[in-house]
Amino acid sequence: MLTYLIRRVLYAVPIALGVTLLVFTLLHLAPGDPVNAVAGPDAPAEVVEQLRRAYGFDRPLPMQYLLFLWRILGGDLGVSVATGRPVAGELAQAFSNTLVLALGAALVGFVAGVALGGVAGRHKGTAIDHLATVVSLIGVSVPHYWLGMVMVIVLAVEANLLPAMGMGSGGLELLRHAVLPVLTMAVIPTGIVARSVRAAVGETLEREFVQALRAKGLGRGAVLRHVVRNVSPTIVAVLGLQLGYLLGGSILIETVFSWPGTGFLLNEAIFKRDLPVLQGIILMLALFFVLLNLLVDVAQAALDPRMRRA
Amino acid sequence: MDPSELGPIPPDQMKATRTPGYWRLVGGRILADRVTLVCLALLALIVASAVFADLLAPLDPLKTSMVKRLKPIGTPGFLLGTDELGRDILSRLLFGGRMSLLMGIWPVANALVVGGLLGIVAGFFGGRVNMLIMRTVDVFYAFPSVLLAVAISGALGSGMKNAIVALTIVFVPPLVRIAETVTTQVRSLDFVEAARASGAGSPTIIRVHLLPNVMGPILVYASGLISVSIILASGLSFLGLGVEPPQAEWGLMLNTLRQAIYVQPWVAVLPGLMIFVTSICCNLASDGLRNAMEIKQ
Repeated sequence: MLTYLIRRVLYAVPIALGVTLLVFTLLHLAPGDPVNAVAGPDAPAEVVEQLRRAYGFDRPLPMQYLLFLWRILGGDLGVSVATGRPVAGELAQAFSNTLVLALGAALVGFVAGVALGGVAGRHKGTAIDHLATVVSLIGVSVPHYWLGMVMVIVLAVEANLLPAMGMGSGGLELLRHAVLPVLTMAVIPTGIVARSVRAAVGETLEREFVQALRAKGLGRGAVLRHVVRNVSPTIVAVLGLQLGYLLGGSILIETVFSWPGTGFLLNEAIFKRDLPVLQGIILMLALFFVLLNLLVDVAQAALDPRMRRA
Repeated sequence: MDPSELGPIPPDQMKATRTPGYWRLVGGRILADRVTLVCLALLALIVASAVFADLLAPLDPLKTSMVKRLKPIGTPGFLLGTDELGRDILSRLLFGGRMSLLMGIWPVANALVVGGLLGIVAGFFGGRVNMLIMRTVDVFYAFPSVLLAVAISGALGSGMKNAIVALTIVFVPPLVRIAETVTTQVRSLDFVEAARASGAGSPTIIRVHLLPNVMGPILVYASGLISVSIILASGLSFLGLGVEPPQAEWGLMLNTLRQAIYVQPWVAVLPGLMIFVTSICCNLASDGLRNAMEIKQ
């Protein structure tokens, strides 16, 4: 297990470096001089010149990249053009807001998906099985930003049950505000978890060891425990990836519901051409995704010794 | 030796050589699959309505009218109502289909060429070439697809061309992976070895022996990406990053109609419904194609 852990961490290092290189390139993909993007359109010439030196834009690109890397390691993501505040601080607040949505949606998706997929895999061909298939299809086919609008129309505008946008001010209000975006976001993981669990449970039940367990007279509960143990690495992997997608893909839902998270901040940054913020958000979300993948692989290996050899 | 010298071929042997071809088998399976047929028919209808939008649209999709803003569904002259600028929704949905379908298919087609080629090269040559290509792809996999699409088109700036570039970059890595996997499998088969032994060079082997055998799975996989691409492309336009106003595109229409959900909620829902239906049909058709092309033992 330890050797696996070391190998897996070592594998993540070049990926993380690649991510920083890609994000660094993003800034240079943007049309125009990157200094103007950092300084803003109305900055006087001497400020631009000062910033050029401060950011190291006057140096060759490889040097600039190393500088960028060095600053990231120190937790310095630059300063927002729009607000003048450090990007890292703005990000922390937004990230915790997005985490509320993503964790909520992952939880709903996990419970609903495992329940639906588990029953469907156990009873193939029944009504529940067909329901699971339909839910999975909707999960992968629905434009969730549109689903969010439909939710708002039905539950906020027509029925007037829940608030349509914003985050409320803590406690019960926060919960009420979170219901619609969380449910909307949960549709995708519910569908995908249900499909994977259905397939995994169905496959496991057909394996010989299950027959052997039944033949030796184990009760339903005991057989189920063995099945769960075998299916759990799959569920962990799917759920981990989905949590990453929820965190990284929250921009559309946060725009629909005006939820002040990373996606909302990203949307603002794009239209204000606030490139340091844009860069910071993408870097943080991607690095978090790398970390999440690492954790998923380690958890899988912990659950299933066979994975450690891969 | 002239085959006719052997005399006439016995009838039972003739029968044996006349097994139906693979593609006829696939065609037969699709024709027997009702869900796939319905989806293909619906898709054909949607594509046709977009292609012939000029002929079908009752009104100019860009013509605004301040007095006829936000009419409900069923208004005489405006079958599906009007938007916030008084433009005919039906006409805009028809024309919008052009943009949405184009932006759904184009990036996947681009990525199919680029990703397929890179994957085949990585799978065929293996070793360091494989390492270089596959490790680069791993880096792109560190980004959730929505984030990568938004990041690239956000940095490049809004516009249809930039959105297509961004989505192409999103779809290249998965296509490289699938192409690499399939190529690695086929490469180790005996007939490739035989071709090499008989003196065929790498380009010939790839073109003649590899491509026909790897294209099927790669194409099926790519067809499954079209629905994702349509949702993502419309999502970019929804954010204001894709197609620019006053052009009609389903995602962009959703965006501008969002302010109207308190006035005409059911009109505002229509463009999204189009995305949803198209995406479901693409997914089911792709599943049907994959099942039909599966080689059953």
